[in-house]
Amino acid sequence: MNNFSLPDFKQLRDMSRRADEAAVQQALRTNRPTLNDLAALLSPAAGRRITALAARSAEITRQRFGCAIQIYAPIYVSNYCINRCAYCGFSAGNRIKRRVLDIDEAAREAELLKGRGVNHILLVSGESPERAGVDYFVALAQRLRDHFAAISIEIQPLDEDEYAQLFAAGITSVAVYQETYDRELYPTLHLSGKKRDYDYRLATPQRAAAAGMREVGIGALLGLSDWRAEGMALGMHLAWLRHQFWRTALTVSFPRLQPAAGGFTALQQVGERQLSQLLFALRIFDHDVGLLISTREEARYRDGMLGLGPTRYSAGSCTAPGGYSDEQEATEQFEVDDHRSVDEVCAVIRQRGLEPVRKDWDAGFQMAASA
Amino acid sequence: MLTIADKTFTSRLFVGTGKFSSSDIMRQALEASECEMVTVALRRVELDDPGDDIMQAIGGGKFFFLPNTAGARDAVEAVRLARLARAAGGGNWLKLEVTPDPRTLLPDPVETLKAAEELVQDGFVVLPYINADPVLALRLQEVGAAAVMPLGAPIGTNRGLLTRPLLEIIIEQMEVPVVVDAGIGTPSQAAAAMEMGADAVLVNTAIAVAGDPVAMAAAFGQAVIAGRRAYKAGLGAIACRAAASSPQTGLEFLR
Repeated sequence: MNNFSLPDFKQLRDMSRRADEAAVQQALRTNRPTLNDLAALLSPAAGRRITALAARSAEITRQRFGCAIQIYAPIYVSNYCINRCAYCGFSAGNRIKRRVLDIDEAAREAELLKGRGVNHILLVSGESPERAGVDYFVALAQRLRDHFAAISIEIQPLDEDEYAQLFAAGITSVAVYQETYDRELYPTLHLSGKKRDYDYRLATPQRAAAAGMREVGIGALLGLSDWRAEGMALGMHLAWLRHQFWRTALTVSFPRLQPAAGGFTALQQVGERQLSQLLFALRIFDHDVGLLISTREEARYRDGMLGLGPTRYSAGSCTAPGGYSDEQEATEQFEVDDHRSVDEVCAVIRQRGLEPVRKDWDAGFQMAASA
Repeated sequence: MLTIADKTFTSRLFVGTGKFSSSDIMRQALEASECEMVTVALRRVELDDPGDDIMQAIGGGKFFFLPNTAGARDAVEAVRLARLARAAGGGNWLKLEVTPDPRTLLPDPVETLKAAEELVQDGFVVLPYINADPVLALRLQEVGAAAVMPLGAPIGTNRGLLTRPLLEIIIEQMEVPVVVDAGIGTPSQAAAAMEMGADAVLVNTAIAVAGDPVAMAAAFGQAVIAGRRAYKAGLGAIACRAAASSPQTGLEFLR
């Protein structure tokens, strides 16, 4: 299989600025959007029609996903990292308290989340194969798999055979963000470590899908490069993955840069209107993609977006390893902006006439022969 | 009365439980539809948890619980999930769904046939969700499926009976009941399926995402009854030209 590749980032930027009002109208009308339609939806002209985008996005979301909002929570298992990334609190150069949870400690965190009604968990770590490698996640997944409907990971990129091992151990989905699809900017932010390799990272979603993962999540960290062009790249990546891996469900996350250790300042301002336009554009472009809004965003924004396009919310999150068991623990990856509990978030979802869905998978689907 | 395997049903409307805004609205809609058969995705429920929202909402003995294997990628997964569900008290009826494409949720005919065969042998009452493929329907009947559930249009699209010519063949040739599943978006489409002679229809999205799901559920309930009555009453043939209701025979000259 050939690898996913992108046109020059500048070309994507130009594409996403060209559309006029008529092109936006066309993109809002069509049932089978093309990349040109996506470009129109990301354009400044579409920004002036954001309420129309919201309405179309809401309509599609309701048709395809009904009234369901899936609920998940992350478990940060390690903040060790071999990479130096300019924007990240876990960056190798940062003098922060480091910790990796042992299997018992991680299981305790999981148990706490389960007690709060979380059935879908996302295991998150910094990128340190020595501290938290494949064997660690295999052991952890085998420990947790019978207690949760689904277990996802957001860890260092792996090879295909490693993803296959994790799948067999009970991991259902993989999230890996390119951070920025801007190939020129990328090395100026990823200063050292394996993450410097843009192409290895770019091919990670396809390795995970090829290994049989149920779901693959992609994303760009907003605040690094031009968000419209990132939107084009995300759309192209989605379309390519859909085509190559029709058995794999796809999701997109929309992390915006938040204050973190290291004191990095965003290179681009991405406001709530821009974030919303990006999300609506991708929903209209791909009717079936899962769209995630995490607790990086504040409660007011998350509540406002309910029903308009997102399909999955994290809730009650802590981004420090061990943080559920001990609130003083270690250092967070970034500051969470929605501090409400799982139940509080679910209550608001219900108030909006939507159904918080805590279980939408079953460990029974992929009980491993080896387990 | 509709008979599937050893059970009889008064209502010919089956309702799915996805996409509702709350389990309370779902319960009200189910009641308003007067359906008896309710299908639930195993991925959405915890059968061994008495507090499960959905199971509570359909509990109380009023509805017959038809678990489905939506999300299974192949026969192995579907069979495993079915057995786990039965072990957890889910009964031995199963709406078999093998849907390897998470986007379209279209059924895999090869894996569906394999799984159906195995599950029937294992004592399950199997109702497979299939594309409107008449030969596949016959093959499934041969391996012991209790009914077949061909789709009218891709799931969730509300586009109606796009597969009509194939559904007509399936309805005509099958011994076991035919339940038109997926794609039915309006009560008139449900009535049309019943008028064609379908034994039942299954509706979910069209009810769950309606402006008023409870009222829409009632409308579907009535449409299915009307369509069935029309079928039983014997529909007139469809003509290409107008024909007078009180025709002159043109034979007035006869003595």
